[in-house]
Amino acid sequence: MIGIALWISFFLVAMAIVLNAYRLLVGPSLPDRIIALDTMYVNSIALIILYTIWLSTRVYFEGALLIAMLGFISTVAVCKYLLRGDIIE
Amino acid sequence: MAWLDKAWLDTALEALTAFFLVAGALITFISSFGMVHLRDFYLRMHGPAKATTLGVGLILVACTLYFVLIERTFHIQLLLVTIFLLITAPISAHLLAKVALHQKLPSDTSTTGAPSELREEDVAQEPDTPHPEDPGSGQRP
Repeated sequence: MIGIALWISFFLVAMAIVLNAYRLLVGPSLPDRIIALDTMYVNSIALIILYTIWLSTRVYFEGALLIAMLGFISTVAVCKYLLRGDIIE
Repeated sequence: MAWLDKAWLDTALEALTAFFLVAGALITFISSFGMVHLRDFYLRMHGPAKATTLGVGLILVACTLYFVLIERTFHIQLLLVTIFLLITAPISAHLLAKVALHQKLPSDTSTTGAPSELREEDVAQEPDTPHPEDPGSGQRP
């Protein structure tokens, strides 16, 4: 049961990342591209967790936590740059 | 945790894990589809800002349940990731909305109302009759 659910989830999350990549490449404005990257890192966390279930190991938990923290910090940095023209004033 | 060693509990945990996995992946996909499908930036922001946190949170809950199922241990790290995403997603959405208002991105034509950043400024007009204590203002060319 978990195997079938895992395959369906892999397919859906991979399609979600493909849609994010479309918005990242096409997106008419700069905030569109930023929010596409933001969603992409959250979806990649989901993909890493699915891979963890697939392998039944706990090695990648810290990787998911690192991606969450660094992705948030990079989003805030780019937003600050677009808002103020500088990151650390 | 010896009280967990029951056959029906394994079946129930497996069904719950599969359900949470598929539900989380479906919500993640729907939010990304909305980001591609909707018409302007302010509409497109809804998917990532709201649904992605729920989708990834459900997948993380499924992973926690899976490790309860196979190892009979409870890992707190995945709940930490969920809490971190719950805290940070509104902050990044708020900053992105501020960037969009700063750049004055166009909104869809059927949008009613606008925040004060996008509205026209109220500018006072020249009065018809000149002020009695300032007679010079009525004779401007």
